[in-house]
Amino acid sequence: MDIATFLVQCLNALQYGLLLFLVASGLTLIFGIMGVINLAHGSFYMIGAYLAYALAPSLGAHAGWGFFATLAAGLAIAVILGYALEWAFFGFLYERDHLQQVLMTYGLILVFEELRSILAGDDVHGVKAPDWLAGSVPLGELMSYPMYRLFMSAVCIAIALGMYLVISRTRLGMMIRAGASNREMVQSLGIDVKFLYRIMFAAGVALAVLAGMLAAPVSSVYPGMGNQVLIICFVVVVIGGIGSVRGALAAALLVGIVDTFGKVLFPQAAGVLVYVLMALVLLWKPDGLFKAT
Amino acid sequence: MSDAARTRAAWIAAAGLALALFPLVGGKFGVDLVTKMMVFSIFALSLELLVGQVGLVCFGQAAFFGIAAYAVVRLTPESGPASIWWLAPAAVALAGLYALFMGSLSIRTRGVYFIMVTLAFSQMAYYVAHDTPLGGGTDGIYLSLAPTMNLAGLELVDLSRALPFYYFALFVLAAVFVFLAALLRSRFGHALAGIRVNEQRMRAAGFSTYPYKLAAFVISGMVAGIAGFLFAVKDGFVNPELMSWNASGTVLMMIILGGMGSLHGAVIGAFAFSLLQELFKSQAIFGDFARHWHLGVGATIILAVALLPRGLAGLELRRPKSGERR
Repeated sequence: MDIATFLVQCLNALQYGLLLFLVASGLTLIFGIMGVINLAHGSFYMIGAYLAYALAPSLGAHAGWGFFATLAAGLAIAVILGYALEWAFFGFLYERDHLQQVLMTYGLILVFEELRSILAGDDVHGVKAPDWLAGSVPLGELMSYPMYRLFMSAVCIAIALGMYLVISRTRLGMMIRAGASNREMVQSLGIDVKFLYRIMFAAGVALAVLAGMLAAPVSSVYPGMGNQVLIICFVVVVIGGIGSVRGALAAALLVGIVDTFGKVLFPQAAGVLVYVLMALVLLWKPDGLFKAT
Repeated sequence: MSDAARTRAAWIAAAGLALALFPLVGGKFGVDLVTKMMVFSIFALSLELLVGQVGLVCFGQAAFFGIAAYAVVRLTPESGPASIWWLAPAAVALAGLYALFMGSLSIRTRGVYFIMVTLAFSQMAYYVAHDTPLGGGTDGIYLSLAPTMNLAGLELVDLSRALPFYYFALFVLAAVFVFLAALLRSRFGHALAGIRVNEQRMRAAGFSTYPYKLAAFVISGMVAGIAGFLFAVKDGFVNPELMSWNASGTVLMMIILGGMGSLHGAVIGAFAFSLLQELFKSQAIFGDFARHWHLGVGATIILAVALLPRGLAGLELRRPKSGERR
């Protein structure tokens, strides 16, 4: 592997890891704070990708601002969807045990997948990257790297930074951190946990939808894309430690590196490597790398 | 035997009798469907042992099912049918070996981590079947000939025909059910129940809980292997989807739907879930919409969680019994 290929693979790993982080961070927060195992989280990623596809001919067609308008519209839909779902389905799941949550959210996956099949069909679709991001950046003499992927990574880093600031510097973030470590205590201190949960859930959905919309031009839009991401994101959450956003970031990057380089170096075993990584990490630290205490 | 237990035993015997008589009225399609349901009942029973009785939520049960099914196809020689007397033990033993490997590592973790580690190990098995020549890739492989079941030169059961296979599956289901019921009544079973209710206290009482949990894990894997063996012989076809997380999820749904904590709940769940699938797949009732049968199944699952927190088996006894299931 020469240096330029290595560099390209590093960028790919970074981009994949950061994308996983967007989905996994919402999952880990919903998991850590609300104690809900949300199998349907991958569906939100899928919904995001299909929104990008559905909005492309109308909103996305405008040359300049179309891309951002699509993102904004998608995010607005995501927040409303998340808020409504929390109200309708997740509200009464908090007191139930994990198995019931698994069952209910599995039901939601089936419903979302079929609605997708009814509304958008079962074909694989492509979504074009916006024109102003369509070019590539030269890397060395022979290689180049698509601009859109760099842009994706930049957006993900910006969001990760934003999340860090919100969680570590604001009052809302304080409540979130407190909620992750001791739910009952937060409640007894007079914080409206119900409202906090609803915001958290909507934010988690928005992150997953955003990840799906960003990923659409790179990965294409296909049935079952949500479940594939969901399983990998569970791996990320478990490696990172449930409830820890920092852990999710570290684990997402680790998984991105292992998966990307695994595909290049050991194509036969690529699918297994991520799970081997998770098994090894859990044998070493049964609670994940950064357990939120 | 208490009154409730006696009624339950009577119900279970009646259900067994109904299954034995069913082919008289069931027709070809019915026999095929109920055979499938019985195979899935065995699969669900294997998971019930772990989830309902020990409290270990395994999200990778499909690995054992799939490994045994693949073993049937891979171990059957090209030249002719294999004998069930060595093929079935070999397939079940392979599933048990993988369970030993997976269990010895994953039982160290607990709670949600256990769920995810078992998922990871089953995904490993899935990718071996999916990506390597051993598994034959995405398209799966066909079983050339169903195994023979001969004793002293006489053919006992012709497993390649639907009706004999139906009774064979019923016999195996009954045997597994009785075996698990006896297991749960033994000292070993009581130790497992103790671990489920309070592992700490069991350890304080002098039980080393790890070997108990591992033994339950391996037994569960082997029972799932029996189901996988039956599945491969029945369909004569295996593909990686048998080991996918969807399959593990489906069987978990079955036991949750049936209501955990009882063996008959697992069987009810397997039957109910399969019936639910067939109902929504039915062209006669839903017409063209039957293509989207997942939607109906999904909506029913959501409603079931909202309205039946104790599963279908919870319908029979409305009043909560003290001292049972937390």
